[in-house]
Amino acid sequence: MSHPEKPGTGPTPVGDILGKSVPKLDAREKVTGRAVYTDDMTLPGLLHGALLGSPHPHARILSCDTSRARALPGVRAVLTAEDLPDRYLGAVIKDQPLLARGKVRYAGEPVAAVAAVDLETARKALELIHIQYEVLPAVFDPEEALRPDAPVLHEQRDAYFSLQENTEARARSPNAASHVRLVEGTPDKVWDQCEVIVEDVYETPAQQHIYLEPCSSLATVDRDSGKATVYTSTQTVFRAQAITAEVLAMPMSKVRIIAPRVGGGFGGKTESTNQPIAVALSKVAGAPVKLTFSRTDDMLMMRSRHAARIYVRTGATRDGRILAHKVRMYYDTGAYADDGPFVSALGAWLARGPYRIPHVEIECWCVYTNRLRASAFRGFGNPQVHFANEVQLDRLADRLGMDPIELRLRNALETGERWLGGARVESGTLRACLERAREVSGWSQRRSARASAPGKRRGVGVAAIGHVSALLGSSATVRLNEDGTVTVNTGAVDIGQGSDTALAQCAAAALGLSLDQINFTGPDTDGSPYDWCTAGSRTTFTVGRVITQACEQIQQQLFEHASEMLGKKEKDLELRPGGLVGVKGQPDATVSFGAIAGRALYFKGGPIIASSRWLFPAVPIDPNHTKAEGVSSIGNGYFVFAAQVVEVEVDELTGQVQVLEAWSVHDVGRAINPAAAEGQVQGGFVQGIGLALTEELVWRDGHLLNPSMSGYKVPGAPDVPVAIHPILLEHPHGEGPFGAKGVAELSLVGVAPAIINAIRDATGANVTRIPATGERVLRALMAREGMGTRDSGG
Amino acid sequence: MADKLPLSLTINGVAHELAVAPERTLLEVLREELRAMGTKRGCDQGSCGACMVLVDGEPVFSCLSLAVKLRGRAITTIEGVEQGRELHPVQRALVQHGAVQCGFCMSGIVLTAKALLDRNPRPTVDEIRHALGSNVCRCSGYAKIVEAIASLSEPPGPALPEGGRS
Repeated sequence: MSHPEKPGTGPTPVGDILGKSVPKLDAREKVTGRAVYTDDMTLPGLLHGALLGSPHPHARILSCDTSRARALPGVRAVLTAEDLPDRYLGAVIKDQPLLARGKVRYAGEPVAAVAAVDLETARKALELIHIQYEVLPAVFDPEEALRPDAPVLHEQRDAYFSLQENTEARARSPNAASHVRLVEGTPDKVWDQCEVIVEDVYETPAQQHIYLEPCSSLATVDRDSGKATVYTSTQTVFRAQAITAEVLAMPMSKVRIIAPRVGGGFGGKTESTNQPIAVALSKVAGAPVKLTFSRTDDMLMMRSRHAARIYVRTGATRDGRILAHKVRMYYDTGAYADDGPFVSALGAWLARGPYRIPHVEIECWCVYTNRLRASAFRGFGNPQVHFANEVQLDRLADRLGMDPIELRLRNALETGERWLGGARVESGTLRACLERAREVSGWSQRRSARASAPGKRRGVGVAAIGHVSALLGSSATVRLNEDGTVTVNTGAVDIGQGSDTALAQCAAAALGLSLDQINFTGPDTDGSPYDWCTAGSRTTFTVGRVITQACEQIQQQLFEHASEMLGKKEKDLELRPGGLVGVKGQPDATVSFGAIAGRALYFKGGPIIASSRWLFPAVPIDPNHTKAEGVSSIGNGYFVFAAQVVEVEVDELTGQVQVLEAWSVHDVGRAINPAAAEGQVQGGFVQGIGLALTEELVWRDGHLLNPSMSGYKVPGAPDVPVAIHPILLEHPHGEGPFGAKGVAELSLVGVAPAIINAIRDATGANVTRIPATGERVLRALMAREGMGTRDSGG
Repeated sequence: MADKLPLSLTINGVAHELAVAPERTLLEVLREELRAMGTKRGCDQGSCGACMVLVDGEPVFSCLSLAVKLRGRAITTIEGVEQGRELHPVQRALVQHGAVQCGFCMSGIVLTAKALLDRNPRPTVDEIRHALGSNVCRCSGYAKIVEAIASLSEPPGPALPEGGRS
């Protein structure tokens, strides 16, 4: 099963727990309804919170009268910006007040908050708040927003605190949140050496996370100590703690965040959600407050993926070597920057794709508009540009008369070659993924358009995917309990992907214990060691690494005791399954973890405990290799690869597209829990089908038209094939726990281009804007027939 | 708010004597009056299926059902599915097939699958997919959920096409 290139870090697995599809630790409580999510919790005297959203996409707040709301019986707190510290949210640019201050910048932006004895009273109070607005001209398109005469969202832009100076962006427009430019070689000088050039414009939508559990926080502030305790649905207790403390001007020593079970995140719960406002309400009301969003409030007020418009020009020689690639991207970050500058920088860094191309120029503008703020979402800037690039490649292949997989193989980066920016690929397995995808999908038999039924045609499409795994800091402690079982503490939040189980398996495998002998604890900023966030395909990789390293230290401590207890040298000892240290070659010479723990606790040495920590080293952009503006390093970056093939059927009368079967080949390094890894692959694939075919927030004049799950269509079981084949390759990564690599994001990244390429294979139609609704596909079909204009959107 | 009406609801075989305002939904009564938290609120408009319960054996969105209209009906919630301390076969299959991720959809999916199998012990894969049409799962991509339910079809439905690992 394995193809070791180099060994993974950490100990050799003991026992058979590693690589086993054991049921998830929390599966039983979830199928019985016993799992506790934030909204299931209560406290004595609990109040209920609700937020008032702005009715306008851009307006000045002239006055705000909350007196009638305050007078309503049952209302315990009413807040507007005036009641809060003059502080701002933002991962990169601190541009967003907790409640709108002076201006509103998107329809739905929270303007006021209420806590009352029940939700009905809280909502009634919102209706009694009277706000006078002066409506301002608004802008809804990133390119229009960059024009000199465009309405300005943030007049005080220069006064905001920014993590990174971005002179290019400032010089261009106050609506430019950030700008990145990466240049290698001289693309503009080699176009005449390219025998084939393809050029087009691609557009991707504001996809929304639609985690099934809407955002929820239950906050209680102790009146005497002033300490806030918050139970909340989040991807990171530590970021939620830091942001809440900062925006409310509290020391972090007075903020405790606990994550119970979390009903999905997908990037939407990486920055703060409604934790700070719940704390502020609780403080004023002097009682616990629960703030759970309705689906509509969540859709109007939280976040989406960055909608993007991407201009691409790609040139190749007749033999299929890609010579030059030029990309200009506009990422719409909405009214506030949030993670936008990071998303855009990563998108730019990934915009050459996993290919060797000598002449490249990438430019990415992250732009404010009067729409919902955009943020992190599975893939973090990659799905947009990847869609453009991979569709572009198929058209290039067509013009060259070359098979699309062959074209990709010819240009695929190999181990040791440089990524855009100069970093070396440590484990270049794209070729292996593509070759496997070609083989298992029966690619050559299925390829090329064919009629399958009257008016219907089938085709297959491919996408190659390069992404990154691991970033920022993690830590873990591992402790030996008195009876020889083990307690593992990390701050990592399992948002449903199964990290608790995979990480417990890492600890069990490192020490030779069963899962019942591992106590894997939940995240709580009071007791857990730091973990940055469940994001960036990093948790199993990064947290698994520190857990196994701590387990190695535990093993060392166990061996020191066992050596004295058994009268043998440490090098002659080994771990045995079931919590035993034994003497190599002597089956009967053993001592149990429990006996060692007792000795350590009461006779010699003290408690057996270890901790480990890691900060992922940022990947510098090599100035000798790449000319870079707006970015000098990238925070995340061990390269991971996948290839996806999909077969579709297109109804040429309605434009409807049905996905029939899919093969998603991933190099996961080492599958710690194969069923969980497959679940990531299949789940990401179906979110990708949504991005490709149905999911899009739609605005008219800045008002969201579909803030509901009936108006915004995520794929259901009848819409997707059961036959989404997850194929896991295992080329171990030297830095990951037992060789594991990240998988969660790349499962989504290639789906949309693979589907669009399959539509093209089936019909010859060029779809350049997703989601490929029936209308857009029909328009592309008509353009193919010369019956209408090329897809111009709509 | 209208006056509360006396209401007897039979939930998981137990009669509950309640006083309920006529506009209250079954979901509100379950979560807020009875503190039975297994039934989830995901969308409040019958689009996600997280709130699904069975009424006389048929799947129903509790967020769209007025409690006062369910007098005399047999209501089954996720809390009534286990058989003693034993998991229902549907629950066991979902656990064993690795079909559970964030879990927020699971109560509804367990009840939908139970209703399907009670009505049709031999569903095909397509019948299972369509029965799940009112239950959104945002995490799993449905494949393992469908596989889990298909494994209970008697005799088991046609095997799914092979996936595989290297």
